Amino acid sequence: MVRFVERHPIGSAIVAFLVALLVWAIFAPWPDSLEDLVGRKKIFLNALFNGITLGALYFLVASGFTLIFGLMKNVNLAHGSLYMLGGYIGYEVADATGWWLLSFVVAFVVVGALGVLLQYFVFRRMEGQDLKQTLVTIGISIVIADVMLWIWGGDFYQILTPSWLTGPVELPLITGISRRSGDYIYLTYPVVRLVILLAAIAIGVGMWLVLNRTRIGMLVRAGVDDRDMLSATGVRIQRVFILVFAFGAGLAGVAGVIGGTFQSMAPGEDIRFLLASLVVVIVGGMGSIPGAALGALLIGLAEQFGSVYAPTYAVVLTFLIMVVVLAFRPQGLVAVRR
Amino acid sequence: MAVIEVPAARPLRWYSPQRIATAYWIVGAALVLLPVVASSFVLTQIFAWAMILGTIALSLMFLAGYGNMVSLVQMTVAGVAAYMVAIFGSSAVDTISLGWPWWVAVPLAILVAVAFGTLSGALAVRTEGIYTIMITLAIAAAMFYLVRQNYTLFNGFSGLNQVRAPRFWGIDWRSPVPFYYLSLAVAAVSYFAVVYVSRSPFGLALQGVRDNPRRMAALGFNVTWHRIAAYAFASLVAAVAGVLLVWLNGQVSPGTIAVGPAIDILIIAVVGGISHPIGPFLGALLYVLLRTFALDILVSLGLAGERFQLLIGLGFLVVVFFSSDGLLGLWRRYRERARRDPLTGEVADG
Repeated sequence: MVRFVERHPIGSAIVAFLVALLVWAIFAPWPDSLEDLVGRKKIFLNALFNGITLGALYFLVASGFTLIFGLMKNVNLAHGSLYMLGGYIGYEVADATGWWLLSFVVAFVVVGALGVLLQYFVFRRMEGQDLKQTLVTIGISIVIADVMLWIWGGDFYQILTPSWLTGPVELPLITGISRRSGDYIYLTYPVVRLVILLAAIAIGVGMWLVLNRTRIGMLVRAGVDDRDMLSATGVRIQRVFILVFAFGAGLAGVAGVIGGTFQSMAPGEDIRFLLASLVVVIVGGMGSIPGAALGALLIGLAEQFGSVYAPTYAVVLTFLIMVVVLAFRPQGLVAVRR
Repeated sequence: MAVIEVPAARPLRWYSPQRIATAYWIVGAALVLLPVVASSFVLTQIFAWAMILGTIALSLMFLAGYGNMVSLVQMTVAGVAAYMVAIFGSSAVDTISLGWPWWVAVPLAILVAVAFGTLSGALAVRTEGIYTIMITLAIAAAMFYLVRQNYTLFNGFSGLNQVRAPRFWGIDWRSPVPFYYLSLAVAAVSYFAVVYVSRSPFGLALQGVRDNPRRMAALGFNVTWHRIAAYAFASLVAAVAGVLLVWLNGQVSPGTIAVGPAIDILIIAVVGGISHPIGPFLGALLYVLLRTFALDILVSLGLAGERFQLLIGLGFLVVVFFSSDGLLGLWRRYRERARRDPLTGEVADG
């Protein structure tokens, strides 16, 4: 970092200034002139937090996608369907048993098992055939989507938040000053979203630890770098593949339960989240977990700020980010070294 | 030594009838004479629709087959042309439509669509193989969400309706028989244009780029520009088909360019076969027949009629699993087996 500052003094000064501006905008009460210019601070803070939590959800979906792609070079266009299947399964479990936490476990296990089947029966048979894999996964996603439409119909489903997570919490962030009493007004925010954000961060950190500090993570990283060499050293690489695929798919299932809790499940969500994970991994860099985190954060923020400040063009903003990244860094922001 | 005058064999020009294979004569005659026997429903809702979808899929086949660039953005290019026809021409939403005559609106629409397709192509060619599919899918989906959310230009969710095909030369081009011939003409011209371009120096260079981009670059070919030019040509084909599409349906809405139809175009091209330009039309005819009659088939089998997508998806999976080149691949395999000598296992020529 010191070397980066030494090499790019002007760039780092601009970055430092922007970060300081952002910190000030988050913590300080806004003067009236600024509120007249860009709207109330509460709206800004809400958009910021919604963007971060949405980014957390995108990260959960996209990290499985990018992990699978990075290791096996499998493009699984049925990933959005796995997400939605997880959401529906979570809804059924939570509805039948009333245990919200249990629905995560069941969704992870069931969708992960489906991932094992996919890897064992489909991807293992067409290793290295990009186009065929893509086409087959498109076919699978069409079939899964229609079967889900068959079972659950076109209605909206929402998983009920458990009582211990409902309601807002007051955060130590000032949104404004009360005109009448002169007290500070603090931001209130739904607890469940904060918990989801923390859980996503925990999962992300856990994944980083597993990948960088354990033996299985070492195998996965070696497989990403050179698959043939790893299998030549005697590692049963097919088992590693199945494990990673199961984990990535299970993560999509868990993300489905989360998405079903703070948004809702309906036909079409699978394509939305497939698109989101595609854009996230294109922006962040294929096969990179930190890239997925950065991309997810950027896209989540862009979507929320876009829908608050320029409602018609929210999607275009997301798309513009992708275009700019492709134009200047086609390998993604956090590129894997090759 | 006596000089013997040998009458030179007359060179076959491109217009000499002997050069054209018999199959072309048969298929062409059947298609031209079809309106004599077929009802107007069969003409527009099956054959005209299949030709339009086939032409859009043909543009994908050109990119995928000759350039190895599987682009999911072709339906979106056609949709952009359709929207532009509705915006520049006339529709029921007269706050948006400019009401220009068709001979201004249609070329402009095609121009805008080609520009859009070329720009998407310029973005997509920065990457290769599997990334192209992802990026074009992302572009297609972004365009879908844009037209769905934008009300000032695209009229949002409901889209633009009552778009009429023009009347000129005293013919109403929306009535079944003229429209059938119009689609047939567009499909035939696109087909032969693709065949011609694929044999032209540009097409050969494009196939060289497909097979070995590094060697072509070393030989001095500009790989990127060949690919972008291929996108421009494919966009032209798709855009013309898009104009016909909006005249056939009479309306255009976000549903026209959603991700589902974009993937349907890929399915059509792949099921038909992407090694020869005839493949997309075969795939389109099969798709349209399935789409029209699947309801009856499913009901007669005792299933609910809405499971059409399931049928398409499963059929697609089966084709992709068993043949790498769709119906054309199956046909070729059958021909080869028929020609093989059962004793020696050698394949006879011819």
